[in-house]
Amino acid sequence: MPVVELSLSRLQKLIGKNTNKKQILDSLPFLGLDIESLGRNIVRVEYSPNRPDYSTDFGIALGLQGILGVSKGMLRLNIRKKGNYEIKVDSSTSKIRPFVTGIIARNGSLDDEAVKQIINMQEDLHFGLGRKRKKSSIGIHDLDRISFPLKYTTTSRDHRFVPLNSTKESSISEILQDSEVGRDYGSILGQSTKVPIIIDAKGQTISFPPIINASLTTVTTKTKNILVEVTGIDKQSAEDMLSVVVMILQGAGFQFSQMKVSGSKNSTPSFATRTIAFDADPVNKILGLSISGSMLVSCLKKCRLDAVMKGKKIQCTIPRYRFDIFGGMDIVEEVALGYGIDNLKPAWPASVHIGEKNATSEKLDSISRLMTGFGFMETLNYTLTSQRILHEMTNRDSSQIISVTSSKSQEHTILRDSILPGLLENLSKNIHETYPQKFFESGIAFSKGSPIKETTSLACVTASEETNFSEMKAVLQSLLRIGFNIKCETKTLSKHTLFSQGRVAEIVANKKTVGYIGELDSKVLENFRIRTKVVGFEIKLSGLIFD
Amino acid sequence: MSHVLHDIEKQIVKLLQSTPNLTEEQLSQKATLSMDQIRRGVEWLRQKKLADVTDTTNISYSLGKNGLDSLKNGLPERRLVTLVQDGPKTFDEIRSSLHGLDFNAAIANAKKNDWINIEKTDTGSKISLKQNPIGNSTWNTFPNTIDFIGEKKVSAEEAERLHYTGTINSLIERPDFIIKHEEKTKTVSLSETGKHIDLEKLDSGAIDVEADVPHVHAARIHPLKDTINEIRDTFVHLGFTEITGNLSQSSFWNFDALFTPQDHPARELQDTFYLKDLNAKQLATPTQIKNVSNAHKKGWRYYWDIQEAKKMVLRTHTTCVTIKHLADKKPDEARIFSLGRVFRNEKLSFKHLAEFNQVEGVVVGKHITLRDLMGIQKEFYRKIGLTKVKFWPTFFPYTEPSLQSMVYNEKLGKWIELFGMGIFRPEVTKPLGITKPVLAWGGGIERIAMLKFGLDDVREFYNNNLSWLRTATKCQ
Repeated sequence: MPVVELSLSRLQKLIGKNTNKKQILDSLPFLGLDIESLGRNIVRVEYSPNRPDYSTDFGIALGLQGILGVSKGMLRLNIRKKGNYEIKVDSSTSKIRPFVTGIIARNGSLDDEAVKQIINMQEDLHFGLGRKRKKSSIGIHDLDRISFPLKYTTTSRDHRFVPLNSTKESSISEILQDSEVGRDYGSILGQSTKVPIIIDAKGQTISFPPIINASLTTVTTKTKNILVEVTGIDKQSAEDMLSVVVMILQGAGFQFSQMKVSGSKNSTPSFATRTIAFDADPVNKILGLSISGSMLVSCLKKCRLDAVMKGKKIQCTIPRYRFDIFGGMDIVEEVALGYGIDNLKPAWPASVHIGEKNATSEKLDSISRLMTGFGFMETLNYTLTSQRILHEMTNRDSSQIISVTSSKSQEHTILRDSILPGLLENLSKNIHETYPQKFFESGIAFSKGSPIKETTSLACVTASEETNFSEMKAVLQSLLRIGFNIKCETKTLSKHTLFSQGRVAEIVANKKTVGYIGELDSKVLENFRIRTKVVGFEIKLSGLIFD
Repeated sequence: MSHVLHDIEKQIVKLLQSTPNLTEEQLSQKATLSMDQIRRGVEWLRQKKLADVTDTTNISYSLGKNGLDSLKNGLPERRLVTLVQDGPKTFDEIRSSLHGLDFNAAIANAKKNDWINIEKTDTGSKISLKQNPIGNSTWNTFPNTIDFIGEKKVSAEEAERLHYTGTINSLIERPDFIIKHEEKTKTVSLSETGKHIDLEKLDSGAIDVEADVPHVHAARIHPLKDTINEIRDTFVHLGFTEITGNLSQSSFWNFDALFTPQDHPARELQDTFYLKDLNAKQLATPTQIKNVSNAHKKGWRYYWDIQEAKKMVLRTHTTCVTIKHLADKKPDEARIFSLGRVFRNEKLSFKHLAEFNQVEGVVVGKHITLRDLMGIQKEFYRKIGLTKVKFWPTFFPYTEPSLQSMVYNEKLGKWIELFGMGIFRPEVTKPLGITKPVLAWGGGIERIAMLKFGLDDVREFYNNNLSWLRTATKCQ
């Protein structure tokens, strides 16, 4: 989950009405913000990726004003239609990054902290909503450096300009090869010979989306007027992203003018609100409440939405930036948040249900109890394990392995097809402990088969100088007889890679081979650094004692 | 006070009652017991305050290489005197009988005793006798000491008694001449009580019921399994029925059916384990596939790719089992739960595992409310011993509203985030033909087990460290 760093004193100023720090800290969790760490004035909170408006303190202050009752209802957005701000889209962009949208934000001022917040917002939006800039990405520019109309078009890879944080001109190819952002995001553009570019009326390069802005339009704390552009492969998500930026700049005190967008299926963003009408009854029913229509309206306003009663129905108006609200159930959540989760009292549903364990779980429980009765300690190993344990140490066949892609850990790359090697690893880790050592484990082993078969198996081992085949066979037969009234036999097996020759057998029950039992091979034991005798067995329980 | 003594203890007491101070070695010899048995017996007696142990260091001397040489051939300076007795000799003439280090030692010691003169002449240095020391009182002092030690080891006490200490201290300065041995021994003696024990009167049938005994190890169910079983039982007590499903799942049930868009970060390789080159053959019913596909197109506006849905993953939650059960059975009323291993492509650390256990309960019912779900959860926590519970809003991709429960941990003195809960989104339930509200709650089990067993490293559960398995307290 993304994290945002907040200054409590700045939040106090943004919220207004002498709100104290304790009120703020107590309220943050009820906006769904998890306090990750807390300093004297700095608090770091985790916010949910579905609420990108909480990526800055401007958005969080708006939310806090609502639940603290300082200011309620929707924030109205005024956008001046006048002005000659326009961007024209060339159809050549349709093959690579077809959509652009934007806004003009004026007469604002950004101090250091505001710039920091906006950079954090931009990064979080790029990562989440923008799917690492692939779906949509933002450029923020100093408006006063730009001559309109702008052109969103494509250019060749030898096009040159001075990129952000640089003083010398580079070509697009150089930027993609030499800069960190170029290397990180260049793959979005694939092998295309033409790449997207925004150029102003004087022919100056403004931005090379989704990679980097031009140095020309760098935003500083002296910047008063801003151009925000968002490009992307989906029109609606580009406008979603823009709406979040607009909401945050509004919080920072900017005024807005429209930027006309035209050409190649593009159009000027409208920032239109939506309305959802609903009945109070179903909302009350699902929350387990019986609150009045006017109370519901008040709850929604606390969540910075607008709502009015229209006869029996409640009409809720949702600002453009709340695109996380899909329908009725999202409204239910808003009501719950406005009502206050701590005001919802847990209830106990009156209904009769008889609980039952799964039959497999029951039988595995019985096996665990019997095995501990025989003196075996239960161990738990990972089912996603390593080539080392399953094959290298045991010399087992590795032609049928099932592996996962891109595991972050070498010890967790393939699914186990047998449980016994894990128990040998357990013995290996405990060679300094007193003997005898007796372990068992029951669990899933995997094998290939349309597309994958999961079998529940049981394995156990005894390690001590005095142990022998008969001792282990006695445990096996007693377990199946006492536990499940199953008779099993052990049939000579000429060879098995895990066991010593002449001391290994197949386990046969109901005329089927269900496993192996024997004395472990000395080479295998040596690989695991085990210096004592080990006997063990592994048996498939699926198909024998349950389906 | 009557005493119960082990056979070993009795033998030691008996020996010490006749000989007051004995070393452990002496006791071992006299009692024909091993040193190990003697040490144990002495330690028991010491703990019972029947015996005292004093550490003493015994010093003794023996001749080193040069000392033994002098014992055989005489001291080098004495041999030098014999050589020059007939008249001065040159260095070379002396070197022919006194070699190497002996020569140096002979000159240095004879000079020190003022026995010889060294004159420089044209033909080299010559040594002559200054005064004939033979017969002087000092002439035999050192040889007597060397003879006294001889080829034996002599104790410091004996050397002191026979007045050899001074000469030994002089000779010890010569290299490799006398070796000083220091041996630490434990001398055992009886305490006042020990001295007065009447061994004859000790009750032979009694045993020491207060003595320490070794640990025995119980074979047992794995501690994490204990917690898993407790949670399973608690669900059953609350009226929930267990359902199970495979650990390997199609992306369809793990993600698509739960309205997780195909480009969602959670579906990326760095978060989810995909099974290499494995695709599901049977995905779902054609209607289920069509409806889920449409929900994605409508809700997320993108081209939904069935190939993506066929990719096999290791389940990232048990919810895939729950949702498939609900989609197939479509119950009007139900309390079910699913428990088992889930997987995340995480780097292992003290708080993260790549494979862990999760439980998830679901309530389906026409009249079920969010407050009911909070109540069930509170009751669940109460049953596993967690009584202070509160709820905060949160976000999960497939539930709305979503809450998380916070539980107060007395040991740590803070609130800890445990299970999440929520109502399945209509975007999830509707396409699968589920018409009644579905309330779900659940979370990781290791987290609860860590609190119970007081662990701060989650990996400990899978280390299978015998010393921990043998000693972790069963009932927490």
